[in-house]
Amino acid sequence: MSDEVAPILSVKDLTVEFPTDDGVVKAVRGVSFDVRPRDVLGVVGESGCGKSVSSMAIMGLLPKSARITGSIKFRDRELIGLKPKELRAVRGRQIAMVFQDPMTAMNPVYRVGWQLGEAIKAHNKHFDKKQVRSRSVELLNMVGIPQASTRVDNYPHEFSGGMRQRVMIAMAIANNPDVLIADEPTTALDVTVQAQILEMLIDLKDQLDAAIVLITHDLGVVAGITDRMQVMYAGKVVESGTAEDVFYTPRMPYSIGLLGSIPVHTQDPAAGARLKPIGGAPPSLINVPPGCPFSPRCPLSDGTLCETVDPPLLRVGPGHVAACHHSDELAAMEDPLRLFSATAVPE
Amino acid sequence: MFSFIVRRILVSIPLLFLASFIAFILVVNTGDPLEDLRTKINVPKGQIALQEHRLGLDKPFFERYFSWLTHAIHGDWGRTIKDKAVWDQISRSLGVTLKLVVFAEICSVLIGVTIGIISAVKQYSWFDHGATTGSFLLYSLPVLAVGSFLKFFLAIRLNRLLGREKNPLLKTIGESTANFCTVRKPQNCGLIPATTDFLTHAALPTLTLVLITFAGYARFARATMLETLNADYVRTARAKGLDEKRVILKHAFRNALIPVVTVVSIDFGGLIGGAILTETIFEWKGMGRVLVDAVTKVDPNLLLCWFAVTAIAVVLFNLVADILYAVLDPRIRL
Amino acid sequence: MINPPIPTPEIDSDVSEEILLDTLTDHDSVEREFTVEQRTQWKTIARRFSRHKPAMVSLVVFTLLVLFAFIGPYLWKYKYDQVLKKPAGASNDWIRPSWNHPFGVQKGYDVLALVMRGTQYSIRIALVVVVLSVTFGVIVGAVAGYFRGGVDNALMRFTDLMLVIPYLAAVAALQRNVKGSTWLYLSFFLAMFAWMGIARVIRGEFLSLREKEFVEAARSVGASAPRIIFRHILPNTIGPIIVNATLAVGAAVLGEAALSFLGLGVKPPDTSLGKIIEVGKGKATTYPNEFWWPVLVLCLISLTINFIGDGLRDAFDPKQNRVRA
Ligand SMILES: Nc1ncnc2c1ncn2[C@@H]1O[C@H](COP(=O)(O)OP(=O)(O)O)[C@@H](O)[C@H]1O
Ligand code: SF4
Ligand SMILES: [Mg+2]
Repeated sequence: MSDEVAPILSVKDLTVEFPTDDGVVKAVRGVSFDVRPRDVLGVVGESGCGKSVSSMAIMGLLPKSARITGSIKFRDRELIGLKPKELRAVRGRQIAMVFQDPMTAMNPVYRVGWQLGEAIKAHNKHFDKKQVRSRSVELLNMVGIPQASTRVDNYPHEFSGGMRQRVMIAMAIANNPDVLIADEPTTALDVTVQAQILEMLIDLKDQLDAAIVLITHDLGVVAGITDRMQVMYAGKVVESGTAEDVFYTPRMPYSIGLLGSIPVHTQDPAAGARLKPIGGAPPSLINVPPGCPFSPRCPLSDGTLCETVDPPLLRVGPGHVAACHHSDELAAMEDPLRLFSATAVPE
Repeated sequence: MFSFIVRRILVSIPLLFLASFIAFILVVNTGDPLEDLRTKINVPKGQIALQEHRLGLDKPFFERYFSWLTHAIHGDWGRTIKDKAVWDQISRSLGVTLKLVVFAEICSVLIGVTIGIISAVKQYSWFDHGATTGSFLLYSLPVLAVGSFLKFFLAIRLNRLLGREKNPLLKTIGESTANFCTVRKPQNCGLIPATTDFLTHAALPTLTLVLITFAGYARFARATMLETLNADYVRTARAKGLDEKRVILKHAFRNALIPVVTVVSIDFGGLIGGAILTETIFEWKGMGRVLVDAVTKVDPNLLLCWFAVTAIAVVLFNLVADILYAVLDPRIRL
Repeated sequence: MINPPIPTPEIDSDVSEEILLDTLTDHDSVEREFTVEQRTQWKTIARRFSRHKPAMVSLVVFTLLVLFAFIGPYLWKYKYDQVLKKPAGASNDWIRPSWNHPFGVQKGYDVLALVMRGTQYSIRIALVVVVLSVTFGVIVGAVAGYFRGGVDNALMRFTDLMLVIPYLAAVAALQRNVKGSTWLYLSFFLAMFAWMGIARVIRGEFLSLREKEFVEAARSVGASAPRIIFRHILPNTIGPIIVNATLAVGAAVLGEAALSFLGLGVKPPDTSLGKIIEVGKGKATTYPNEFWWPVLVLCLISLTINFIGDGLRDAFDPKQNRVRA
């Protein structure tokens, strides 16, 4: 995708804070990114780094207590501060979302046809019962539910996890959205089902001409299917670029740590030694310490600059940005993937 | 559905039999029904033996229990120590109690659930804060205090304010005026005067029950609604672009209804034996009075029937709760 | 009517997300995000409790009530059984509240002394009820939840059975035949019919805790069932036990007061708040102090206990109000 195409969704300096009993949780601390039409953007980062909160902010689904600043533009229209009624017209119609856990994301007391129909009718008030039903069956067929015309009368609990997630996707695409945000759509599913669901999502993207934001904590999931990648850490974007950039020339130690923790698709016999999770935990989002948020866990940390100055996101290549004081050193390393295993596995 | 109901009834029956056995043990241990007779000086031995025989006290424990049980199953609840039909007395008091509790319970549920839902939807608003604090206080206050306050404090002042000290508007004693409709007062006979009379008597005890009961429902409905409002499927509903009214009513409330209906129907089962204090404070001759009488005078058959009626009500409404649950929640296999 | 025992819905946090997404991080990272520094669990609970203002105020008031009931009688100049004579030359109003008798005089006794003693008996009865019923309920719930299957089924059917019996009536029937000092018997009877709620709660806790890793670990090294129950699982249910036990104190005080008010509870020589209220109710309008003081103390006990329970619940289980507006 070339950079000249105007973005369909543009997020600028988004911050989200939650006042809680223990202090203000700074869940998202200045996130910017663009989604272009028909693009697939992968967002990765470990649990709690603000992926879901960012996507909820886009959908306008955060609790009232959340304090949001920055800008979220859909086709040049600012979404932050829209009236509830205007926002409802966007939700499900222009931007739709698939959630993580299909077991709880559907209302247990209504048939799936009813729930699909509700999504259809929300933006097609003039549809009559028959139209709604035939569209529901059509959607279920699109997402690969066998015997869709009878399954439409089943309750959610009568579907398996994978099938439910298909129904959820059917609900999300009911009104041909321009952007589909999939928040960990396969995390709660069996490994065997995960690939099928992802494949289907990509198929649908081509059929629907939609852009997809694919959120995950597992780099292995997005490998090979995203155009652009964005790595998040502690409420910030720490690296962003094409999928090739991030996979093959990562310029931020955290991205490397994430890469190191997936079963690597290389033939390298030493790969096993690299399979090592990053030690330690992300910083508190209530009192974020100064300096690079990754510094306590970073093998490259210099202990001075890293712990005092938060590195800005800087261009490290065409369309490739990273937030690290030492990204040049990484570029010079011959096998940066060894960064994490070297510290722990004596050879 | 039918087989589910049958299955549940079949489970309830042994429960009732066991409960009746426990009740029988309790009643046998309440005391000696003929204590009074025995302590009097010149009562002939024969008369005591006669009474013992009439009440079955001369039989061994199990024989007594099974004799009582077989009669009870056939609808014969036996006679009191004063040799009156137990069922007459129980059914009369049951009527009095039901007149009080059913209306009060319906009011409590409607008021409580409405307040709870509004509180949850407008969480942290001034309404929510007020309702939460108010219902917490009322929920924590003893019935004894609320009832006494209404009777001895509010009623007297209000009646005085209305200038009706002689013929108070809010009656505090009994469920109806004694000798209300007689030959000398024909104007009091008829449906309208009788209803008015009843309402002036029922107002305060009903208010007492509503005040202490609705708060519990408000708290429960609020907590349940907060839970469903935060459920993933409600988020999904919002993500579809549905309007807030639909999200709240069709999604959050519809799911909150399941536990609320269950709790309400279970509570209905406890109503008959549940207004004893209110009845006593306002001196109604309901089931509470029967219990106090049956215990103090050690009236075994009366007490057994009391236990039976209240226990059957509890079991019955537990059954209703299960059925309603199954009706409201498609995940329950019938 | 006793306040209906309305179950609070259990807020089941969906832990699956945390577990699934935690593959990259330490298991405690989720909690660590919320605490400025690592505090010990108890300190955190105490801190959360102390921030619950009504609960803190209630704790103070309740402590004062306990002192009033247990120390007060030693300090106050009149004893509960001291028969007072009308002082020479006094008017008939001498039984009304005065400096000498702040709560007035009832049937020749000082009402303040009576109320102190009644409060003491009410609290004593409640404590015995709670110790007995909580112990029994915890054992039943623990055994049912740990062993599951037939044991669980039998115990839970027994629990259902006990719930079918109307408890005020049952206790009244048993209490009728007791002669002499009655308060211990009454406590025992009340406890017999008060353990079911906590048994159900603890069973639920055990059903979920028994599947946890640390229990698996204990089992795999061959720990015996009693050891797992008491050393491994039970300590983890301390929160619900404390909260329920606290609320049970209030319920027991009210249950006892109800019975005594009906004339079916404690009998002389014992007393209780309910008993004093019963004796005073005939003169609620003419000599209000004999009636309203014990009613007020009863209200205070019930309110403070409920607030303390509420504060404890928040302190042990803060996830319900994580977000503050
Ligand atoms: N309603 C909320 N109140 C307080 N903190 C929240 C709330 N929602 C999310 N958070 C916090 O915000 C951070 C980011 O969460 P989230 O976006 O869900 O992470 P993830 O990247 O795993 O999707 C986490 O620390 C989470 O605990
Ligand atoms: S800035 Fe320093 S601490 Fe942060 S990632 Fe780069 S090297 Fe590591
Ligand atoms: Mg998430």
